Amino acid sequence: MQHATTLQGGFADAAPDAARAFRAAMTAMARPGTIVDMAGATPPAPLSVAAATLLLTLADRETPLHLAGRHDTPDLRAWLTFHTGAPLVAAADAMFALGDWAALQPLHGYAIGRADYPDRSATLIVECDDLSPDGAHLTGPGIKDSATLSLPEIAAFQANAALFPLGLDFFFTAGAQLAALPRTTKVRAA
Amino acid sequence: MTQSDQYNFAYLDEQTKRMIRRALLKGLAIPGYQVPFASREMPMPYGWGTGGVQVSAACLTPEDTLKVIDQGADDTTNAVSIRKFFERTAGVATTEHTPDASLIQTRHRIPETPLTQDQILVYQVPIPEPLRFLEPRETETRKMHELQEYGLMHVRLYEDIAQHGHIATAYAYPVRVEGRYVMDPSPIPKFDNPKLGDCPAIQLFGAGREQRIYALPPYTQVVSLDFDDHPFDPSKADHDCALCGAADSYLDEVIVDDRGGRIFVCSDTDYCAGRRAETGGPE
Repeated sequence: MQHATTLQGGFADAAPDAARAFRAAMTAMARPGTIVDMAGATPPAPLSVAAATLLLTLADRETPLHLAGRHDTPDLRAWLTFHTGAPLVAAADAMFALGDWAALQPLHGYAIGRADYPDRSATLIVECDDLSPDGAHLTGPGIKDSATLSLPEIAAFQANAALFPLGLDFFFTAGAQLAALPRTTKVRAA
Repeated sequence: MTQSDQYNFAYLDEQTKRMIRRALLKGLAIPGYQVPFASREMPMPYGWGTGGVQVSAACLTPEDTLKVIDQGADDTTNAVSIRKFFERTAGVATTEHTPDASLIQTRHRIPETPLTQDQILVYQVPIPEPLRFLEPRETETRKMHELQEYGLMHVRLYEDIAQHGHIATAYAYPVRVEGRYVMDPSPIPKFDNPKLGDCPAIQLFGAGREQRIYALPPYTQVVSLDFDDHPFDPSKADHDCALCGAADSYLDEVIVDDRGGRIFVCSDTDYCAGRRAETGGPE
């Protein structure tokens, strides 16, 4: 029964669940490369638990959301609309975008903010097969000396960091795990 | 005191918290940039920390231990009422002991005890725009940040030197974050400025009336503005604490009688009490 799955899977106790999820997301964004546990929501496939929990924590009627590739399904549209109310839009109008790395391309299709309002930029939620603390070499604010994180590629994030203070911010999700990469992080191949 | 069931967890409604949380994440992604947010009316007047309270409310979890300080003290009116506010609306544990706190809301001080990576420091900010007293128009200051047009701030510091022989700004001393945005560190004494940079804790700034949120991720480069021939000097009163004897902490001058008698004591009450407990000094 499709209707039932649409209505289920939200936070059991919205206020404390969202508070814990936000603290995990903030830790990830403030400390790039850190992989945190992110759980609470039970979404329909193919959405990961971490991405669903993040969207329930941050998305609402005020945050246009773009669904890319295999994440743009009737089930997911219905589930996200019921639980967040976020308007589903094209990439150019999105505050949040959700999808696999390949499906989210091209990155120049998203808002990178304006010189006077660099915060008006999109946040991309990249669904990954897995996250691991090895791969690309990260430095920048939030990182003591350096960190490492498995990233889908290098050049795109270097180009994004070069736009600072404009640019996109990224969350990476896999299962019930989450990591983040703000525009300030300098990325190079290990 | 237990959490009142009359309020949502931590007072604010979930929609407001999501809005603040989104602003906090953008603030962390653009260190030192002031993110506009839809500040709410809080059950306390502007100037009492409504910005800090909203940021704390958006960050608190039921497992947190909260500490609130006002000019370094845990026992002043502002600190006590904000602590009680969150005891009642969020049911969180509270402490006066800096190392035991997971979230510290502060008005105008950074604790003397070094912060750790498990802590969050939330500042109450009255005027978030460092250029506001030099240029009252928001349209212009926004353009100045856009163009990194910060010459006016250096002129102000230079005029201090021309008039006083040194930079006379003693609090809310402007800093540059990661070589990009000039930021008001809130009215902390300039003595605290060196603790802003390379700090293991997350630092969040909330200005309620002015509707701005900004942030410093851990280990961010924060430089106090100065000149090669007039380097930044985080000065303090030339005394030791009269109670605990600390030579390295920021001091308040306290008048103790009506004949002009005065002593200098630590502004950080927890730090001072901790030192006295260790050494068996006066209570």
